[in-house]
Amino acid sequence: MYLNQFLLLAAVIFCLGVYGVLSRKNAVLVLMSIELMLNAVNINLIAFGAFRDNVIGQVFSLFVIAIAAAEVGVGLAIVLLIFRNRADIDLDELAQMKG
Amino acid sequence: MVAQNVVFGILAVAMVAAAFRLVTTQNVVRAALFLAIVLAGAAGLYILLAAEFVAWVQVLVYIGAVVVLLLFGVMLTRAPIGRDADLDNDQRILGALVALFLFGALGAVLLDAFGSDKFGDFAIRRTAEVSDSIFGAYVVPFEVSSVLLLAALVGAVALARRD
Repeated sequence: MYLNQFLLLAAVIFCLGVYGVLSRKNAVLVLMSIELMLNAVNINLIAFGAFRDNVIGQVFSLFVIAIAAAEVGVGLAIVLLIFRNRADIDLDELAQMKG
Repeated sequence: MVAQNVVFGILAVAMVAAAFRLVTTQNVVRAALFLAIVLAGAAGLYILLAAEFVAWVQVLVYIGAVVVLLLFGVMLTRAPIGRDADLDNDQRILGALVALFLFGALGAVLLDAFGSDKFGDFAIRRTAEVSDSIFGAYVVPFEVSSVLLLAALVGAVALARRD
């Protein structure tokens, strides 16, 4: 197995996540795309850990998973708050903070 | 090695197809299910790379908790369950260009840096080794991440509760 087959697969998934973040206007779908990007990073960490034959890549990916769980919890709370205040989670309509 | 490459090919095709459908589908619930497919494929890749503990954490935390949380978000924000033609904004072409450019740059760098690097023989890392590392060299980041999780929990409750 080549190292690059894992890294390129992670790159494809990361770029699809970038596309999702840029092109979606439903806030929950944007959160899903962010999860896609975090997963691509985790695949890279595990692949490098196996490549160097040490355990540190796995430890780092566990930290990334913990932080991603915190991120999605707070993110969904924010989305719910936006929905409660505006009855809509269309990100294109959220322009109150525009100067 | 041949069997591993076959498994990798199957997982890779399934993950890329599901990720592509995730960012293009017009149905929010289906998008969450495609996300579950991508996450399960990633867990399979971790098994392939002998990281069994991370694979099961992935199944428990991501597929078990995060996808369910996102489905709750879909439900609570009353997103349309059926097809909805209004999920994309008008920057689709620009977004696709940015993603393609990013993939080109990443791919060029990766091919240049790790062009023909192959995996050597890597040992299967048992859970005990992972925990030795977490509670040994990385115990301070571990404690910090537990404080972060507590802060995120309190913050999420404070944000989402009705006064």
